[in-house]
Amino acid sequence: MGASEGAPTPRANDGPAVSAAGLALKACALGLAASLGVWAAVPLFDAANWVGLGIVAAVTALIFYAYLSPRHVPLKYLLPGTLLLVAFQILPVLYTVSTSVTNFGDGHRGDKEQAIAAIEAYSVVRAPDSTDYALTVAADGDPATGGLVFLLTAPDGAVYAGDAEGLTGLAPGDVTADPSGRITGADGYTVLTTGQINDRGGEVADLAVPTGDGSGIRSSGLSAAYEGTATRTYQEDCDCVVDSATGVEYAADEEAGLFVSADGEALLQGWQVGVGADNFLRFLTDRTVASSFFSILTWNIGFAAGTTFLVFTLGLALALLMHTRKPLRGQSLYRILLVLPYAMPSFAMLLLWRDMFNVDFGLINRMLGLDVDWLGGTWTARGSILLVNTWLGFPYMFLVATGALQAVPRELGQAARIDGASAWQAFRDVTLPLLMVAMTPILISTFAFNFNNFNAVWLTTAGGPFSPDNPLAGSTDLLITYTFRLAFGGQGAQYGFASAVSVFIFLIVAILSLVSLRQSRALEEVR
Amino acid sequence: MAATTTSRRATRWLRESAWRHLLLWLALVFALFPILFVVSAAFNPLGTLSSSRLVPTGAGLDNARRLFQETPFGSWYVNSVVIALTNAAVTVFLSALAAYAFSRFRFTGRRVGLVGILLIQMFPQFLAIVAIYLMFTTVTDYWPTVGFDTRWGLMLVYLGGALSVNTWMMKGFFDTVPVELDESAKVDGATHAQAFFRIMLPLVTPVLAIVGLLVFISTVNEFLIASVFLRDPESKTVALGLYGLISGERNANFGIFAMGTLLIALPTMAVFWFLQRFIVEGLTSGSVKG
Repeated sequence: MGASEGAPTPRANDGPAVSAAGLALKACALGLAASLGVWAAVPLFDAANWVGLGIVAAVTALIFYAYLSPRHVPLKYLLPGTLLLVAFQILPVLYTVSTSVTNFGDGHRGDKEQAIAAIEAYSVVRAPDSTDYALTVAADGDPATGGLVFLLTAPDGAVYAGDAEGLTGLAPGDVTADPSGRITGADGYTVLTTGQINDRGGEVADLAVPTGDGSGIRSSGLSAAYEGTATRTYQEDCDCVVDSATGVEYAADEEAGLFVSADGEALLQGWQVGVGADNFLRFLTDRTVASSFFSILTWNIGFAAGTTFLVFTLGLALALLMHTRKPLRGQSLYRILLVLPYAMPSFAMLLLWRDMFNVDFGLINRMLGLDVDWLGGTWTARGSILLVNTWLGFPYMFLVATGALQAVPRELGQAARIDGASAWQAFRDVTLPLLMVAMTPILISTFAFNFNNFNAVWLTTAGGPFSPDNPLAGSTDLLITYTFRLAFGGQGAQYGFASAVSVFIFLIVAILSLVSLRQSRALEEVR
Repeated sequence: MAATTTSRRATRWLRESAWRHLLLWLALVFALFPILFVVSAAFNPLGTLSSSRLVPTGAGLDNARRLFQETPFGSWYVNSVVIALTNAAVTVFLSALAAYAFSRFRFTGRRVGLVGILLIQMFPQFLAIVAIYLMFTTVTDYWPTVGFDTRWGLMLVYLGGALSVNTWMMKGFFDTVPVELDESAKVDGATHAQAFFRIMLPLVTPVLAIVGLLVFISTVNEFLIASVFLRDPESKTVALGLYGLISGERNANFGIFAMGTLLIALPTMAVFWFLQRFIVEGLTSGSVKG
């Protein structure tokens, strides 16, 4: 700075007085961007991924253009955050939207070829010349939810990892094995205990690892597997799968993404196809979904609005209590202690509150000498959740309100008092409206956050209590927990349908938020 | 005389302050009793849920010992703090850049951009996670250094949310800084970048501090995305690790769970204490003007 101090520059727009240090920094940053681009390009080039390469080149070019051209000044400030926003928020959302019109999910994961490979592998039977493997059942990640993997040792000692996609060789160095050659551990995989295998017994028995050309590997028991030949094979001329044992033909149904026999029996493994608006229409056509939908929606809105109202009221009340002309004695200690709940990890505190509400040994019952099944009744459960959520959320509102109050000139309230208004009137008619302008965006985002507050419900009541006649929808279920159960629990993952519900939830929240933004003065403030 | 003044002062204190203190004490009871429960469970020598009381019945460090001996809590802790600090710092920087543009420049797409960053955060995250998972399966194949089980990949995803309601908060605060300040700097020959770094940033430190704190807290607590990314036991964060502890052996692990909860609250409190003086100012959204 100061290179041209005192010398007015002829140019009116930006670009004057660029200091040497600034230039050097800029050059470094651009150099870094360029090297990142090259670093990202090399593996894409090796894999001959031209589309990916094109995107990397385009983004790098955009960065250079934005920072070298003297025009588009706002772009220079917006670009870094926006690039990340596009890559990690907008693209996943668009992907989800595009998934919502497909039947993507368990049984409809890959394309048709993968479905055929899975069908053929699943139908393998042991032949006299079958190869036997030593088997260790493992998971990719979490033992309960991660994808199942067979860790296999061939008779010649070679080690493999196999899943529904196929077989990959493992480096012997990444693997530990017992003296018989059976794998006891492998980098990147979690070996399951017998108990964990039993919990997922059906999945283990169903897993077939395709090994190509109509053969596959299946488990026989928990510690052995065999490679056999398929009894069901795909015939191109009829576009169907033929079972050589029974002679049944399963014809490809391109609309449902399934192979179906003449008498309507469908094979389990299908492929992903577009289903149009079917997922959205399920709100109306699927009886289990439609019947519970509106009661859940009502409680969902009540929960989000109630939480927002409670945390706002409590937070504001506390901020007002401490908003005195002379600081209250111990003000900063009060402030720190009141904010403590916010500093505690929320997921842990949710679990803890659940235990405090426990009917048998819960703290609340013990302290109050009661014997109430708090989380067992519809309204006590709802009340409890609201209480817990208020506890978690009020410190934030307290901080925000404290800050916003400081910005409202005290003289305004005092002037109203002099004009004869009561303290309450002065607050309601002068201070509060000014506060609301500042706090509306925060209240709206609080509402939106709580509308989809999965953890608050899942970790406390998990949606319950459930009425006996409708075990799928609980009385504290939010749309998001209800969807989670519908889409991922029970009948296996239905991402397509779950995506449709997500899109729907998003529309509700976005419209509610936009309307309230518009109603408030917050948007006018966006000048 | 003196006695009446004192008693008058006392009545005045009663009328003006005592009720405030009373209500604040009530609020403190509500705010603190669950935390007291955590503290007493953390130091409860028996370490089980069923033996935990609100008021400590004994004190011992067995839970802390078990936590560090039986779990890789040390590396979880380092992971959490490093990820949260980095994410907070970078988010504050990116968000401040954007807020400056929204506050000081008028350009096409400005309103849409502002409303857009507020709305995009409202998409239910747990499904976008399916997409993020598939996306990063590819990323891990091409660039393992930013793929699964790395801090970098997780941070990239977190940084995708850098522009959010926090940007609104910052923009509001930036608006309260008189435009004349950076304009006069420009007249004196400063570039827009110099005006931003040397004039604007020092004046808005409070809001930078508060956004930093908010991001730090939410990153420490983040659970859903981390559970998809960090599968290796050593690479987990505290939130993930603790959840794993209690989802298995609920009753027996309750003491070490409480101890871990306390320990991870400490850095947050430290950051809060450190930033205390900025916080009241920082939360002032600048849209309120007299």
